[in-house]
Parts: sequence; C-alpha cells; structure tokens
Amino acid sequence: MPQTETETQAPGVAPPLLEIKNLTVALPDEAERPFAVEKVRYTLNPDEILCVVGESGSGKSVTAHAIMGLLPKPDLRIAAGRILYRGQNIVAMSEAEQRALRGHRIAMIFQEPMTALNPLMRVGDQIEEALIIHTDLDRKARKARVVEMLDAVGLPSPETLRKSYPFRLSGGQRQRVMIAMALALKPDILIADEPTTALDVTTQKQILDLIKTIQREHKMAVLFITHDFGVVAEIADRVAVMRHGRVVELGPAQEVLTAPKAEYTRALIDSLPHGRPTDATVARGGPALLAAEGVTKVYRSGGTRVSKRTELVVSDNIYLTIHPGETVGLVGESGSGKSTLARAIVGLLKPDGGRILFQGTDLLSLDRAGFRPFRRHVQMVFQDPYASLNPRHKVAEIIAQGPIAFGTPRAEALARARELLGVVGLDASAGGRYPHEFSGGQRQRISIARALAMEPQLLIADEPVSALDASVQAQVLDLLADIKAKLNLAMLFITHDLRVAAQICDTVGVMQHGRIVEYGAATEVFGHPTDPYTRALLDAIPGQAWHASHPPSGGPPS
Amino acid sequence: MTRDFLLAFARNKGAVIGLAIVAVIILMAVFADVLYPQDPWDMVGLPFAPPMTDGMLMGSDMLGRDIAAGIVHGARVSLLIGLTSTLAAVFIGVLIGAIAGYYGGWLGDLLMRFTELFQTIPNFVLVVVIVAIFTPSLTSIVTAIALVSWAPLARLVRGEVLSLRSREFVQAAVTCGQSNGTIIVKQILPNCLSPIIVSASLMVATAILLESSLSFLGLGDPNAMSWGFMVGSARTVLRQAWWMSFFPGVAILVTVLGLNLIGEGLNDAFNPRLRRKRTA
Repeated sequence: MPQTETETQAPGVAPPLLEIKNLTVALPDEAERPFAVEKVRYTLNPDEILCVVGESGSGKSVTAHAIMGLLPKPDLRIAAGRILYRGQNIVAMSEAEQRALRGHRIAMIFQEPMTALNPLMRVGDQIEEALIIHTDLDRKARKARVVEMLDAVGLPSPETLRKSYPFRLSGGQRQRVMIAMALALKPDILIADEPTTALDVTTQKQILDLIKTIQREHKMAVLFITHDFGVVAEIADRVAVMRHGRVVELGPAQEVLTAPKAEYTRALIDSLPHGRPTDATVARGGPALLAAEGVTKVYRSGGTRVSKRTELVVSDNIYLTIHPGETVGLVGESGSGKSTLARAIVGLLKPDGGRILFQGTDLLSLDRAGFRPFRRHVQMVFQDPYASLNPRHKVAEIIAQGPIAFGTPRAEALARARELLGVVGLDASAGGRYPHEFSGGQRQRISIARALAMEPQLLIADEPVSALDASVQAQVLDLLADIKAKLNLAMLFITHDLRVAAQICDTVGVMQHGRIVEYGAATEVFGHPTDPYTRALLDAIPGQAWHASHPPSGGPPS
Repeated sequence: MTRDFLLAFARNKGAVIGLAIVAVIILMAVFADVLYPQDPWDMVGLPFAPPMTDGMLMGSDMLGRDIAAGIVHGARVSLLIGLTSTLAAVFIGVLIGAIAGYYGGWLGDLLMRFTELFQTIPNFVLVVVIVAIFTPSLTSIVTAIALVSWAPLARLVRGEVLSLRSREFVQAAVTCGQSNGTIIVKQILPNCLSPIIVSASLMVATAILLESSLSFLGLGDPNAMSWGFMVGSARTVLRQAWWMSFFPGVAILVTVLGLNLIGEGLNDAFNPRLRRKRTA
C-alpha cells in the first residue's frame, strides 16, 4: 500500500495548527482487525479545509473522535502517537485541560442534526451554554452573541428563532444551529463529521456553501470528514484518503482529484456514479405493465389536537406508466412522496384515491385475498439491508419464504434459493448462514435474490444503494442492470441521488411535494431540464465542475 | 451463535451459581422418592426434635415429621406450580400481546384495556380470592397464579411486536404473500424471544413466592407438602423450634435467588450488543 505523506505546507503560512503524529487507536480483542487507525499522520493548517475521505470502517471518524476525546472508553484507546494542538500534546493532557480545549478552541458538528440537539431545550439556550462555560460574558452580551451567530449561519429572524425548540426546525435549519453552536466561541478548528450526509442535495449545497463562507471569513481550519468525492471537489483545499485505518494518500485537492497516486483513490473515484444517462433507448410502445393514475395519499397528524391538525399531501395526483423492460426512476428529496408511491404499488399502504393498474387490473379495488396473486408479479427491494432481512432466519429460508407461501414444496424452494444466490453473485453455501454474517452489499444481494425468487415482472427498488459505500454501490447497481437485462424486468427505481438515477434509468420522474414536476426520458430530463426544481436539483449535485472536467475512466489513467 | 450465547452466559458468575442452585433443587424434586421414600406426612420420630437427632438432618416438626423429607418433597410442589403457572401465563400473555401489537386499532385497544384491568387489581388479593372460591387444589392455585401474572408480559410482547411490525423484513414478508399468522409466528415472535425468556424466568420465581404465601395463609393444596405450608404451620412455635420454619424459609429464599440470578444472566447473554458493539 503506497503511503504518500507529502507534508504539504503552503509557503508563508504559519506552522500547522493541528498535527497528528503516528496515531494508533487499538480495537478490542474480538474485533476483526487490531487497530481502528494505525500510524495515521496528517496536519491541519490555519485557514484551510482538509477533507478526510474514506468508506465506512476506514477510521476517518475515529481519528476525529480521538482529537475531541470522544473515543468510547474502554473499547477504543489510543495505543501510540501524539495529537499536537499548537505544539501541545492533547493525548497527554489532563481531563480538565482537554475540556477547556474542547468546544472552546476545537469545535465539532455531527452527522445527524435530528439527534444532536437536546429536544427539551430552546436552541438559543443550547448555544448559550457553551458561552456560560467558557466565557465570562454577562447575560446581555451572551444574548447578543447568540443572535449574532444565528444570523451568521443564515437563519431567518434569529430573535424569535432563538426561543424555539428543535422540533420546529427542519434538518437543514438544525444543522445551521449546530454550526452556530460550534462557532459561538470562535474556535480555531472546526471538525465536521459527515455534516451533510443526512441532508437533501439542495440543503447539502447550502450547508457546504455556508461552511466555506464562514471558514474564509474567520480564517478557520476545518477538518471535514466525508465519504463523497463530490463534496470533496466542492470544498476541499487538501485531501487525506483513508482505508482500513491508514492514510493512503494525502495532498492538495486538485492533485488528488485529477491525478490520484494511490490505486485505492483511483478506484474510489472511478466507482462514483458518473451521472451520465444511459444511451440505450427502450421502446415505450405497447400496453403499459403498470399505470398509476391520480394516486393521492393524505397523511393526517395530530388529529386529536384541533389546533395542531396538519394535512400532509403526499403523492398528489400522480400519473406514471411503466412498460415491460423499462426502468423508471423516481427522484426527489425526502418527503417528496416517492416512497409512498412505491409502497402503494406493492400494497403496503392504501392510497386515498386514484387507480394503480397492473396489466389492466386496478390493484386498489382488490381486497387482501384478491391482491394476493399480484404479489408474485410485483416485488420490492428495501433500502436498509440491515433491517430488511430477518436476523433469526437462514439466508436460504429468507429467499424461499415467498415461493413457500405460494405453495412451492419446501425442498424445491430451498434448492431454487441456492441457485438464485449464484445469480446475485454469492456462493450457494451462503444459504446456510445467518444474515449477520454478511456485509451490507452482500445483504442487499440477498434481498434482491428474495425478490427474484417470486419471478416478478416488476421490481420496485426503494433507495437500494443509498445505505452502501460508493464502491459497493457500483457493484449492486451493475448487478441490478445485469439482472434487469437478462430477465427483461421492469423496474421502478427510487432514489434521492440524481447521479445514480441518471446511470440506471431509462425514464425519470422528478418529484416535489408529492407531485411529479417533470417526467420524460432520462437523457431529456438530465440534458435539458425544463422545470426549475429539476434544474435546482441538478445544480446542487456536489462536485459538478470536477465531474465535467474529469470524466472518470474505466481503466488506469494515462 | 449458540456457543457465543453459552459463553456470554458462563461469563456471568452469578448466573452460573443460580443455575447450579436450580439444578440442585430440580435433582431434589426428581429424586425425592429415592432420598426419602416414605410419605413426608408420616411421623418418623419424636416431635420437636432439633436438627441432627434420630438421623433427621433438619430435625422434626411438632407432629414428629421429618423436616428434610418435607423440603425435598416440597421442591416438587414448588417447581411444579412455578413452571406450569408460568407456562400458562406466557401462553396467555404472548397471545394477547402479539394480537394487540400486530393488529392494533380497536382490537388492540380493547385487549390492552382488558390487560390493564388485571394490572390494576392487586395480585395477591386476586389470587387469594380465586383460590378461596374454587377451593385450594394444585389446579386452582396454578390457574390463579397464571391469571395474575400474564398482564405485564402481554404489555411487554405488545411493545416488542409493535416495533418489529414496521421493520423492513416484516414488510418484505408481506410483499412475499405470507399470511398474518405466519408472519407473527415465524417472523416476529422469534425476534422477541429473548425478553420473553428473561421475564418468564423471573415469573417462575414470583410464582413460587405466591404459592408459598398462599400455603402460609393455609390456602395451599392440603394434600401437597409445600415449603410455604411448613413455614406457616411452624410460625407459632418459632421461638421454641426455630428449625421448623428456618429450613423451608431458606429453601424458598435460595430457589427464588437462583431463578433471579438465571434471569439476569439470560438478560446479559441475550444483549451482548450492549457491551460489545461499540466500534463504529
């Protein structure tokens, strides 16, 4: 493994603010490898954004948590190495000294804005807390600072927002509050651990812009952890690529992105969904396999409290057709109603109105017994490979459960399950094992095999790759494309990632607030978007300039 | 998986001790007729004989019955009542909890209100009333104990089922066309087995205590020698003959302690994730 350690230091810049020297963090004995991170070294200079990139389990978060003293004791402990902040070793500091540094000089924002705020405290009070602990400002001055911070992160009417509770804010707004909190003490270093991963693309773009602006304004050092090279291209000055707990490449963003030295970096960049629409055109003639007409579903919440009663209309008058062999993509941000439509088609929820015609039969008019025969023809692949397989069943049983429910003899169904494991690229012996023995990508293959066991005509894939690492994502997408072509399956592919949609779909529907705002051939929708929302979505894809200038190649770069 | 489970269980010293205690009690119950072939109600020596006289390990009671024979035969009654009443209570609790959790709606509400009815009546009072009405016998005691112990389990199972029901693997089973009954039995229940087993092991201990309390009050099965009966009948002579109530009392204490230790050990063994899976 090439260990490129170019200790880049721009000329004329002060000595590094943070230096990580040969940091090794030990894992507990029963873990699959001895160290979470091994001999990691990188530096963080004032006034720069360093992106640490890697797939899950690469140790990128562990390093950041070590800096903040957040390692879960006693499972993870620092076995060797130093973390120097302005020349002082944080590792050797007493708890009290570390606490003085934490929050004050080094601040952190987290991935999940929904859980990072205390739900029972007003947001203003939460920001003020750090000021009470670390400064001797009086109440008035603290209040002024809170308002100033909320204003700085671009939140509307900070005076009133200060007094609201977190549940009133959207995910993006909460992340802004988190940033305001981190910035309240004007730290030297901001550590951001996947701060935009849980957010929609358009929100992600706003938060990235915000972090960049604030960084430039305050000349802060930002350590930005991410798995997405698009995000790296968007904001990084320098990049550290991590794999299996080691830094495999470190250098200026421009260099790493355009001429990666390490093979692993190259592989990661190549596995990114390229976002170029497929060339193959599917004949959309003939009768539609599935047609959804005027489907509506209204969610009512808080029906008992009269004042709070809200109606959320999702899937408002949707019209959609899928032809045999066609892949229709539904893209949109969270809450746009795309999953609701999918669930209505497989019969997991009942819409309030409209028709869903499968080969001419209206599925919504059928009762439970009448719907049952159609379950064979419409199968679903779920989003979370960790939740979609019953942990108490063996893999072969999971795959065979559908056919068995429809009367296939048990032995025959289990034999077929083993064949299907081969189809999805797993060993037949996998059938005798339990789901927890498999990785996320392998589990998703099992999930696909389960759907195929029913020999469906329509496969509904609800965000099937969004829980997976980029390299695994590419493999699962290839598998889906391959199976689709072999079996002439029609597929409804739901995703929030436009790059993925462009790659796999023939036809694309863009959804917003429960409506399909644009619908057409993938090349058309992505090439010449007509709806302003589609354009906004496409604009928000991170790292576009880089994608355009650097089309990823299949093989090694020349 | 099973090996890991046993290892996790064995790592808990208390649980192993509890298992050993309960194993001894079970052996006592199984081999009662070998150890003390005569009827425990028979007079075999002088009344009020202190321990270690006339070959009686724990002395005799006021009618000259061997205390040790009573303890060994009493183990049968205690275990029999503890296990059967728990089995019955688990059956009722799981059935009602699973149906209420899976179907929800008005049916779930109805079942839960019914459960609350049983939860609000003080357990012991209800047991006494039921046993008094149906005359004390093993059957009526088991029925009464089962009737007062299923309610908390039903609530527990309902909660588990409620959270499992919306999981994706259950939805996948729905899209595969499995029937509701199959989904409950094959998909959901195996996943809430661990809390059921843990609370069942603790329920056995409670049932034994309830039975002892009933016998203490004279509401035990008059044909069965039981620990509670022995303590109850000896309480009037506590100051002259301490051994008559001491040994059966210790037997109850040790058995309940053993079962509780097993319960806690099972709980830890079923949740190794709480301790181990922290590496992210």
